[in-house]
Amino acid sequence: MDYFIQQLINGLSLGAIYGLIAIGYTMVYGIIGMINFAHGEIYMIGAFVALITFLAIGALGVTWVPLALLIMLVASMLFTSVYGWTVERIAYRPLRSSPRLAPLISAIGMSIFLQNYIQILQGARSKPLQPILPGNLTLMDGAVSVSYVRLATIIITLVLMVGFTILINRTSLGRAQRACEQDKKMAGLLGVNVDRVISLTFVMGAALAAVAGMMVLLIYGVIDFYIGFLAGVKSFTAAVLGGVGSLPGAMLGGVVIGLIEAFWSGYVGSEWKDVATFSILVLVLIFRPTGLLGRPEIEKV
Amino acid sequence: MTTHSNTVSSAGSIKARGVDWAATIKDAGLAAFVALLLTVPLVGLRTVDRPTGLGIEARPEEVVASILLVFLGRLGLGLIRQGMAMPVLILALICAGVGLVLPMPTQVLRLVLVLGGGVIALRAAMTVATGRSKLSQADRDRRMDRIAAKVQHASKYIGPVAVAFAVVLPFTPLADRMILDIGILLLTYIMLGWGLNIVVGLAGLLDLGYVAFYAVGAYSYALLAHYFGLSFWVCLPLAGLLAACSGVLLGFPVLRLRGDYFAIVTLGFGEIIRIILVNWYQFTGGPNGISGIPRPSFFGIADFSRTPAEGMAAFHELFGLEFSPLHRIVFLYYLILALALVVNLFTLRVRKLPLGRAWEALREDDIACASLGINRTNMKLAAFAIAAMFGGFAGSFFATRQGFISPESFTFIESAIILAIVVLGGMGSQIGVVVATLLVIGLPEAFRELADYRMLAFGAGMVVIMLWRPRGLLAHRDPTILLHGGKPPAATGAAK
Repeated sequence: MDYFIQQLINGLSLGAIYGLIAIGYTMVYGIIGMINFAHGEIYMIGAFVALITFLAIGALGVTWVPLALLIMLVASMLFTSVYGWTVERIAYRPLRSSPRLAPLISAIGMSIFLQNYIQILQGARSKPLQPILPGNLTLMDGAVSVSYVRLATIIITLVLMVGFTILINRTSLGRAQRACEQDKKMAGLLGVNVDRVISLTFVMGAALAAVAGMMVLLIYGVIDFYIGFLAGVKSFTAAVLGGVGSLPGAMLGGVVIGLIEAFWSGYVGSEWKDVATFSILVLVLIFRPTGLLGRPEIEKV
Repeated sequence: MTTHSNTVSSAGSIKARGVDWAATIKDAGLAAFVALLLTVPLVGLRTVDRPTGLGIEARPEEVVASILLVFLGRLGLGLIRQGMAMPVLILALICAGVGLVLPMPTQVLRLVLVLGGGVIALRAAMTVATGRSKLSQADRDRRMDRIAAKVQHASKYIGPVAVAFAVVLPFTPLADRMILDIGILLLTYIMLGWGLNIVVGLAGLLDLGYVAFYAVGAYSYALLAHYFGLSFWVCLPLAGLLAACSGVLLGFPVLRLRGDYFAIVTLGFGEIIRIILVNWYQFTGGPNGISGIPRPSFFGIADFSRTPAEGMAAFHELFGLEFSPLHRIVFLYYLILALALVVNLFTLRVRKLPLGRAWEALREDDIACASLGINRTNMKLAAFAIAAMFGGFAGSFFATRQGFISPESFTFIESAIILAIVVLGGMGSQIGVVVATLLVIGLPEAFRELADYRMLAFGAGMVVIMLWRPRGLLAHRDPTILLHGGKPPAATGAAK
């Protein structure tokens, strides 16, 4: 039972990370119908910015951990969202009215570019970081120990999700975003600045991915320039699992994938966990192609 | 940045008004600000490994250089757009010249002057050249399309010439070990591109996991040779068959899915196959791969080594030649050439059959096809299986050429490269695949010294080509056969 709860918490924190990345995929897919293949790389950049920020403020003498974490969070969200914005502006916006494959190829190219960009700038070796937030919370008379980092991940994700839901459901920006998702042309006619909304979608997605990157850095303590690919594919799996275009779906999908991965590694063995994830994706798509929370799509002729 | 679209749309009228300096400088300043935000954390601060752990190092001059480059570049572009191409050209050339000749206080300044000046001068020169011809952007696009159509049309003549060149290449004095190796590499990718073109270009299915079949083919041969000692010529058809079977097996559940879901599931399958290869180490050798894969013999008759095994003739003795290790390379070269041409011929012929026409129809409109009674799943499955078979052939060729395979060779990036070849060439265009392979594989191969920067340029190149020609270099979607031998409505004579 203790082992089960331990894995449950591991899975939840991992799922929170996948969910945060998946939101970026699902929002972009919802609004311009493309797989933003470079989103995994954006998450990787977020992790790197967080690492560099930590080292930089360490060199400047900030040692109080909560302040350091806050600066890391803000810096990685800010700088990474600029990357998200720039990628959209350079590689996707000129291709908006092109055949469906063109933006996808452009995105794959961008992904290769960003990966090598980081490799050249920061080196190919993996970057280890000493634990910033050590310590465990012991529950059930010491049978279950939850590291503070994982707890913080879950809490921060929850807070972000609440804030994000309010942003999408209550503010005028969210309204414009949902309108563009329904019908870009009509939204444009009614005075919504569609370009701006799409840019902001990328910015929001990148900011959330940056948080995920920072969390991964804190939990695992080691990153390299290649982490974006697998995390990106799994998060897209999460987005598809939850139903592409649905924000709660993305979060749910992320948590499901995270739990599968944690339980599979915990009870079966960590080698085959990726196979399990992808198999789940295939099974879901075969039996419920719209995902768990997706709307059925009516194809118009 | 918002002024961008305005200046483009009214480029003609702005000439009369003169240059809007304030807006241009503001725009360039904004771009520079974005560059500042982009470069401060990742370019300006580098992580370095120190004995005490991870350290950090500041590189302010590189940040300054990139900001200056972006600012001047954006300013130059803005001015070019407003009809100042000539002055900008002269200024940029002077900048580049000064940077080259005069001594500079720092290398960074020199880099900014030379690189920035050069690029802007190039852009300005292009504007000056095209400005004279009084063509709009759309006109130029149409002209490119016409050139592409002409190339397509001329492939009737270019094709045989290219094949003839490929055939005589090993006998020309040009042919040394390196040229032939690059030739083999190019032909392998051309074959893979043509194979994937059946799925992506003809049937319109986006397959992101094509490398899985390549891997199945390679491992089929390697394992069959390793465990059963079968020869290459027995394994080649078996590898194709196994790859085709895996194509059917993987394709069957997923072919009902819509475009992007299909893409991501094929990507998943590609990864699953790779993970299986890595993890099932008792059987596949795991991450270490399989080495000592036997080389192909001369159709089972003769061997290429100096002293062949018992019961096998030596190739050089059989033909009365002097022994040369090059014989094997030449043979491999012809082998892959023949395999690639088989794929090409197959594609050209199958397009004229009901199967190929059904694929082209499926690509254009899925639902209309279903209404006309075409069995969509079977047609797509056929495309998937046939492409997988060709991938399998290419894979077993790869295994026998390398003599060593490991899961490293079958990562997603390979799938991406093959897909990029198909899409950059122009989906459905056979000659486009060749052109794109020369670009995508040949160019990086030619700049091997640049090592690290190769893949960076590769990624950037993919983006740039897509921005320039979103439909591919030699876009081609006309149906192969038309009713009553009529001509396609838009571009004529692009039937190859």
